[in-house]
Amino acid sequence: MGETELSIILLSAKVAFTAILCALVPAFAVAWLLARREFAGKSIVQALVTLPLVLPPVVTGYGLLILFGSKGTLGQLFENLFGISFAFRWTGAALAAGVMAFPLLVRPIRLSLEAMDRGLGEAARTLGASRLTVFFTVTLPLALPGIIAGAVLGFAKALGEFGATITFVSNIPGETQTLSLAIYALLQSPSGDAAALRLIAIAVALALAAIVASEYLARKLTAGARA
Amino acid sequence: MTVLDVDIRGRAGSFEIETAFQAGAGVTALFGPSGAGKSTLLKMIAGTARPQSGRIIAGGRTLFNSATSTNLPPEKRGIGFVFQDARLFPHLSVRKNLTYARWAGRRRASRAFDEVVSLLGLDDRLDAAPTTLSGGERQRVAIGRALLADPALLLMDEPLSSLDKARRSEILPYLETIRTEAGIPILYVSHETSEVARLADTVVLIENGRVTDSGPTAAILARLGLAAGSDPAEAGVILEGHVTNVDSAYHTAVIALGDDRIELTGNGFAPGMTVRLRVLAGDVAIANAPHDGLSIRNQLAATVDEIRRDGAYAMVALTLGGQRLLARITAKSSDQLALHPGEHVYALLKAVSVEMARLEPLSS
Repeated sequence: MGETELSIILLSAKVAFTAILCALVPAFAVAWLLARREFAGKSIVQALVTLPLVLPPVVTGYGLLILFGSKGTLGQLFENLFGISFAFRWTGAALAAGVMAFPLLVRPIRLSLEAMDRGLGEAARTLGASRLTVFFTVTLPLALPGIIAGAVLGFAKALGEFGATITFVSNIPGETQTLSLAIYALLQSPSGDAAALRLIAIAVALALAAIVASEYLARKLTAGARA
Repeated sequence: MTVLDVDIRGRAGSFEIETAFQAGAGVTALFGPSGAGKSTLLKMIAGTARPQSGRIIAGGRTLFNSATSTNLPPEKRGIGFVFQDARLFPHLSVRKNLTYARWAGRRRASRAFDEVVSLLGLDDRLDAAPTTLSGGERQRVAIGRALLADPALLLMDEPLSSLDKARRSEILPYLETIRTEAGIPILYVSHETSEVARLADTVVLIENGRVTDSGPTAAILARLGLAAGSDPAEAGVILEGHVTNVDSAYHTAVIALGDDRIELTGNGFAPGMTVRLRVLAGDVAIANAPHDGLSIRNQLAATVDEIRRDGAYAMVALTLGGQRLLARITAKSSDQLALHPGEHVYALLKAVSVEMARLEPLSS
């Protein structure tokens, strides 16, 4: 494995991890709202969350460019408040990956929250636990398999994201050129087939490793909580 | 001493709850048909449902009072709750379920962990996962978990109704032990006469969200048996007495009820023990003179109190040694024996047809 390949993988991992880490908490919050609360506009929220899944990725990418580009309102807000810019930066790639992975994070978490016996929370309260304690000792551990499933699915999606990323932050080697973009770029050049094949093998290996790791983690965590 | 004082109005599904009652030490049963609002009432006391108005005072603390806008959250009420469906935390071991109140609720139990565990016979299941437990074991863990939260009052919402008959008789002795040894007042919701008869000291009858009657268990159940519309198959009385003799060869025990003696089958009884008997009206026959040569071992002199005819049947209330007995016989027999109030008769009782439970005197 050459130096370029390594840097491509590290960049992809950085983008995907950042995307999932930042998306996880809002995804849990949205999943919790959809599973546990009735409010006006619930179906609109649900539609918005699902949108990146059904919209052509190019459209999502263009939308991000309008909103989070250097002239976009949200882009300027982030620039002024946190000093984070997204345009043609790896942070933009992470944002695109996070938005695309969001529906895949929300769904399993929502399902695990809906499957949970609400009576368990009531029981915990009568045993002296506050709402917050119930959340950390009952709700969160029981939602954990859903969270892990969502995170793995989302991570795989983030790692492979192509359309929205290339539209939003372009294909800049060393900055926004993640695994998929690199493979695409190599396939465009007449001599890139061999190098592309190596990256493709790595992509397959990474996906398999992620799945195995998540299975192991899920089993370990459920067993660990009980002991 | 009043442990619980409830006077509330609220909604339970489609009907209004308007209930006022008090409960003291021992077991108070909230007894009534399914859907009478009993479970909602328990939720309101525990704080997981909110009454529209009124007040709830437990152990001298005001838990809810609409006049002063007091409404303590469930975790501040100090009230234990044993649910119909156990509600064990599936991701935690039996041990961590039992100690939940300590590590998550920051409660300090005055009862020792080991003591509660052995009281409920859970010693060798501590490291098991709740999903591997039987229904009866699950309910025992739920009871232990509530006890270890050090409640001032324990609410039980039909804790046996999700269990089959064999499991029920497995749990009942544990409930009897808790009732006598834990010393915590218990509010027990049930629609099963047999459970109420075995466990309750006081009964509060609830129908359509309202209290229709309340008083000592024996008196209420005797009144219920005579009431029109109650299930005659469930009609019966509670008698309390103490064991005088035990015949271990035949597995029988002689129980003294005032001046009367009755002989019953049963193991594990010792002279001096206080017992509670539930005698179903359908298991009592009436004769106008003592008879020899019967397999029925108990013939008790009694006086007819009252006769209620109901179609082909007659419910006869009898008095013996100051206690009440109900007999369900056919209307035809009643006429042929020419039964009338004040008449002296003999109540015949088969030794095998009586449910008997140990009853330690309540320390009051």
